[in-house]
Amino acid sequence: MDNIAISVRNVSKTFILPHEKHTSIKSVFINFYRRSSGYEKQQVLDNISFEIKRGEFFGIVGRNGSGKSTLLKLISQIYTPDSGAIVVNGKLTPFIELGVGFNPELSGRENVFLNGALLGFTRKEMMAMYDEIVEFAELERFMDQKLKNYSSGMQVRLAFSIAIRANTDILVLDEVLAVGDAAFQAKCYDYFEELKSKGKTVILVTHDMGSVERFCTQALLLENGHIKSIGKPANVARQYTIDNFTAEAQHKSNTSKKSKRISDQVELLDIRLLSGLSVSQEANLELEITYELNEPLEVDLGISIISQNHSILEHNTKNLKLNYKTGVKHKLRYIYPLELLNPGRYEVSVAIFEKQDFKLIGFDSDSCSFMIEGDGRGGILSRRGKWKVIDG
Amino acid sequence: MKQYISKQNRALLSELVRTDFKLRYQGSVLGYTWSLLRPLLLFAILYVVFVKFLKIGGDTPHFPIYLLLGIVLWNFFTEMTSQSLGSIVARGDLIRKIRIPRWMIVFSSSISALINLGLNLLVVAVFLFFNKVDITLSVLWLPLVLCEIYLFALGLSLFLSAAYVKFRDASYIWEVVLQAGFYLTPILYPLTLVTNETFQKILLLNPMAQAIQDARYNTVTHEAITANTVFDGGWYMLIPFGVVIVALVVGLLYFKKESKYFAENI
Repeated sequence: MDNIAISVRNVSKTFILPHEKHTSIKSVFINFYRRSSGYEKQQVLDNISFEIKRGEFFGIVGRNGSGKSTLLKLISQIYTPDSGAIVVNGKLTPFIELGVGFNPELSGRENVFLNGALLGFTRKEMMAMYDEIVEFAELERFMDQKLKNYSSGMQVRLAFSIAIRANTDILVLDEVLAVGDAAFQAKCYDYFEELKSKGKTVILVTHDMGSVERFCTQALLLENGHIKSIGKPANVARQYTIDNFTAEAQHKSNTSKKSKRISDQVELLDIRLLSGLSVSQEANLELEITYELNEPLEVDLGISIISQNHSILEHNTKNLKLNYKTGVKHKLRYIYPLELLNPGRYEVSVAIFEKQDFKLIGFDSDSCSFMIEGDGRGGILSRRGKWKVIDG
Repeated sequence: MKQYISKQNRALLSELVRTDFKLRYQGSVLGYTWSLLRPLLLFAILYVVFVKFLKIGGDTPHFPIYLLLGIVLWNFFTEMTSQSLGSIVARGDLIRKIRIPRWMIVFSSSISALINLGLNLLVVAVFLFFNKVDITLSVLWLPLVLCEIYLFALGLSLFLSAAYVKFRDASYIWEVVLQAGFYLTPILYPLTLVTNETFQKILLLNPMAQAIQDARYNTVTHEAITANTVFDGGWYMLIPFGVVIVALVVGLLYFKKESKYFAENI
């Protein structure tokens, strides 16, 4: 059991959310007499169990409202679980937010000591760290100024410098990466590398799958208060991307599905993914396009498959004889084998051209996206080439 | 017990108290001097109004100091309880984001109040000296009396600060209670003005009344009426102490129970 840093066993947490918060005795009395149940219970976490080993870089991911932050606050002992137990071995410092307790009326120097004390450091320890903190934040000239005269960037720098000096066994980081510019993020990444090399136990909550795959040794995906998947960061990150993508696509199809009309001559009515949102590499992409002509025009349709801003394929109907009747729904089906593409996320866009002078008259991008399942690999195209040893 | 006085907690406490003091006189020209100036000015007012205008307490020796001591102690009680009452809610950002012992917040505001009391008592001591008050050995009882007031206020502070998280009415109710307490406690008037002996006894069941009278008896004048003399050594002279213990225990238990849910209730 010595190598377990945090063990979470059968933890559940329910919040009671009053419809109207009763913060006065009068409203409590009124509601007592009415016997109205003016609240609802929201189960945020339901019977969660997992363990984090010492030295692990543990990522927690999940969509908004999945219970990540609640779990983090339970681990940090800010919330108390309704049932179950959380055991923490070692000194734990939570960074739910940077610069907690910063007071605008105090000087930068005073805030460093206050923040340090709140994080559990003695004045002596802070004295030893002080110069380093100031130097790292590059704020030597400003330390005797009041914090309220700092720019927000300076405040974040100061808070971050204190945070990364935190000499503890277990660090809990909640979306620390969400703030700051690119240079700041680079500093964050360096810090993560440093933590990893020092063998610290880190719990990171994030939406950024890049950093999960880059830093984490273990990850957990939460969905509606349950553990949906736990294990290898790459697998968890992929699952999260699929989930997110599916929800996003559903949301999109529920809301506006308007094609961009460029001219009145043609109307793109529908683009449907017959093969589904998420397909395997062995399957085919099947697409059904419905359009209507308002004028008897000879048209061509073009299709593009796009991956992260790289257009992979453009394909049109030049050598197809399309009917140009008006007032009829024209339906076309497009089939593309996916074995050539690597797993990942792709988008499809459809364009309609006038055959004569190749003028764009109808266009629909981003209405259609799909996902190829499988382990993520570098590059867009799947590996086709073969190696051969010639010599040696 | 050891975890409560850990190095981290002591560092945090000193930092919180330090901050509190730095911010207290923020932007004022005289700064800390106000801590001493306030009781001095108070004394001047008391002297003019009660000794020169109203001429009450004429038969009580050193009546102005007798008054000042009572007011200083009562002010400490008021300051500590009303500051603690809102302290948990005011520090909501800390409670929701980091893990510091919740009692530490109430404790730090109680220490700030204690330091202020110390400064006030310094002024009282100066007046005792210049008025040539005959200080006897019984002054050694004073720390015990202060301790009693502190524990009573601490129990109430814990209870009130936890209750305030759920019921914001607590601050208004407590304001009224303090106002009533101010008049029901023999602070401005000598207890001799209450001629009915039963009323005297009832008034002295209040720990604050008993403590203030004991403090006056032990430091200013032996003519101050104490619970001991009124109850004539009867067992019910222990009631005020009982009240203090009940307040402390109830406060601690309630705070302990509620503090688990501060983060989500604030």
